[in-house]
Amino acid sequence: MILSRRQFIQTGLAGSLVLSFAGWLNAAGARRLSAAEREMLAALCSALLDGALPKDTEQRRQLVALTVDGIATAVAGLSLASQKELGELFGLLVLAPARLLLAGVGKPWREASVAEVSEFLQDWRSSRLGLLQSAYGALHDLTFGAWYARADTWEAIGYPGPPRGYF
Amino acid sequence: MQDPIKTGLANGWKHIDASTLARSQTVEADVVIVGTGAGGGVTADILSDAGLRVVLIEEGPLRSSSDFRMREADAYPELYQESASRKTADKAVNILQGRCVGGSTTVNWTSSFRTPPEVFDFWQRQFGLRQLSVESMSSWFAVMEHKLWVRSWDTPPNQNNQVLVAGAEKLGIPVAGIKRNVKGCWNLGYCGMGCPTNAKQSMLLTTIPAALNRGATLYTRLRAERLRFNGSRVSALDCMALQPDGIHPAGKRVQLRARHFVVAGGAIGSPALLMRSGIPDPYRLLGKRTFLHPVVISSALMPARVDAYAGAPQSIYSDYFLHRAPIDGPLGFKLETPPLHPVLYATTLQGFGEAHARLMREFTHVNALLALLRDGFHPESRGGQVRLGSDGLPVLDYPLGDVIWEGARRALLAMAEIQFAAGARWVTPVHETSPGYSSWAEAKKGIAELPLKPFLCRVVSAHVMGGCGMADTPQRGVVDHRGRHFWLGNLSVHDGSVFPTSLGANPQLSIYGLVARNASLLAAELSGRPPPVIP
Repeated sequence: MILSRRQFIQTGLAGSLVLSFAGWLNAAGARRLSAAEREMLAALCSALLDGALPKDTEQRRQLVALTVDGIATAVAGLSLASQKELGELFGLLVLAPARLLLAGVGKPWREASVAEVSEFLQDWRSSRLGLLQSAYGALHDLTFGAWYARADTWEAIGYPGPPRGYF
Repeated sequence: MQDPIKTGLANGWKHIDASTLARSQTVEADVVIVGTGAGGGVTADILSDAGLRVVLIEEGPLRSSSDFRMREADAYPELYQESASRKTADKAVNILQGRCVGGSTTVNWTSSFRTPPEVFDFWQRQFGLRQLSVESMSSWFAVMEHKLWVRSWDTPPNQNNQVLVAGAEKLGIPVAGIKRNVKGCWNLGYCGMGCPTNAKQSMLLTTIPAALNRGATLYTRLRAERLRFNGSRVSALDCMALQPDGIHPAGKRVQLRARHFVVAGGAIGSPALLMRSGIPDPYRLLGKRTFLHPVVISSALMPARVDAYAGAPQSIYSDYFLHRAPIDGPLGFKLETPPLHPVLYATTLQGFGEAHARLMREFTHVNALLALLRDGFHPESRGGQVRLGSDGLPVLDYPLGDVIWEGARRALLAMAEIQFAAGARWVTPVHETSPGYSSWAEAKKGIAELPLKPFLCRVVSAHVMGGCGMADTPQRGVVDHRGRHFWLGNLSVHDGSVFPTSLGANPQLSIYGLVARNASLLAAELSGRPPPVIP
């Protein structure tokens, strides 16, 4: 690779070219999450929710899968324009060259470690490109939204849930 | 708990869920109202009371207290635009806006303020709106306050609001109680997910039932697409039915013909409808000067439990920082508090991984303060612009310029100082690179150097205003002081989009008062009855 990941990401032109190319690839618009997208989102959830997820591998896998389901539901509830934008982002991240160059993750998503994925998320979070920052923001909001929407995550933060009684 | 909406439907209200229409149809009425929020609701009540046949068009669903289960997972997708994640075009501002019968009034936090006097003064000076003043509007506000039970809230503030009281008092900053439009409020804290006890006197529970009781027709899951006009008159409104998901078109259409058309789709939806329709706009004003009250947030960890999810969410405010400079000087800001619920807080909070989880574990000890920046008065604060996306739906560009960031920095400093004065052990602006601070001295230094830029500093909004601004002449406004369109004789705009600036106050009561006046003037004209006695 001639350019380092950081150089590539910070080359605004290259970044937007790849994103618009991915947009063209996904011109069909909204659709269900593919298996590859689920794997990618699972890797992101594992990093974003590290600290909230249990250490036990099997428990963790199940909770991540539930969160990915939650993300799919949330995306399906957005406007068609937003679904298309997110579809472009997801479609881009599962392309091996884009994963490598734009996200800087060398391994397939299912093999990437929390540390490697976290490094990618941190790069986008602090990127000088608004497009990548906003993509990080979307992944952040979708993941934490899907996680804390579930009542079984509330005990860990001391939230008792909505009041019960005479309604 | 009785559900008055279910009762009304059982008693024969004319509600048509357009997702169930078997075929396209054409409907005739005296007046068609697009939108059922603060503007549409008040208009429907007043026009139907004058004997006019009214049809209301709502893109969202009809939901009521038996649906309001106080769960974010249900409430946001059902009741809000974009599941409560509507964004500006560059995604740097998140906008909370209702999308259901009652509009944002169904999900707002009940804060009720009259339009501030200095705002009327500014509108008179800059936009020639001499008919609108504290004096001329006071009766209209009084009428709506009476109707919607806007009262002082005498219950002690929840701990989250109490932090604002304690910190501000220690620093000599005056605070006051917020009036709320509630009747028998249980003080639960879930206003933002629809009131489960029917205490909030939103449009859903007041004006819309009143209009439906008089025979008005309510369409839901129906998107207003295009106004048709000939010469200087609107002849029809073309609408598109949506599927039950509220997203995909259902393939059926409804055309509405009427003597008069009232647009009340909110400050993003209303200008977009006029733009899609190709309504004359020779001075290119449509969709311009859209304001947000951009909000920055300061989060604090308090020594004792705050439980900011419980109790009336917004009951204390301070306008001290709105009055430090002239209205068109450096941006002033209003201080308030938000309710904190797990999804709302977790998605707004910066960072990820263990750092995020650590802050979430302290959820019950978090106090958050909001600063609402008063945009639209400083000469360089010209707001945003609504344009149409490739699908014809609106997109809002709102550039966050230096004037905003300068105000944001002062606001973050002021909030941190208040939180430390109230005893906070740790404070952070909601900002991606803020390390958080353990003392006011540390925060003062840190916030002064914090890079304030889109995406790094979280900016949110719950108040969209402008885009169909009112003025005395068509050179500087889309509508006149009555909300009447300058070019099309039978078209009115009755919502927050007519404000030529922001307000520096939560907008619901400003919309109620102005629309009560303008709907009353319209009712007199259309029904041939004498105009209202109130000036």
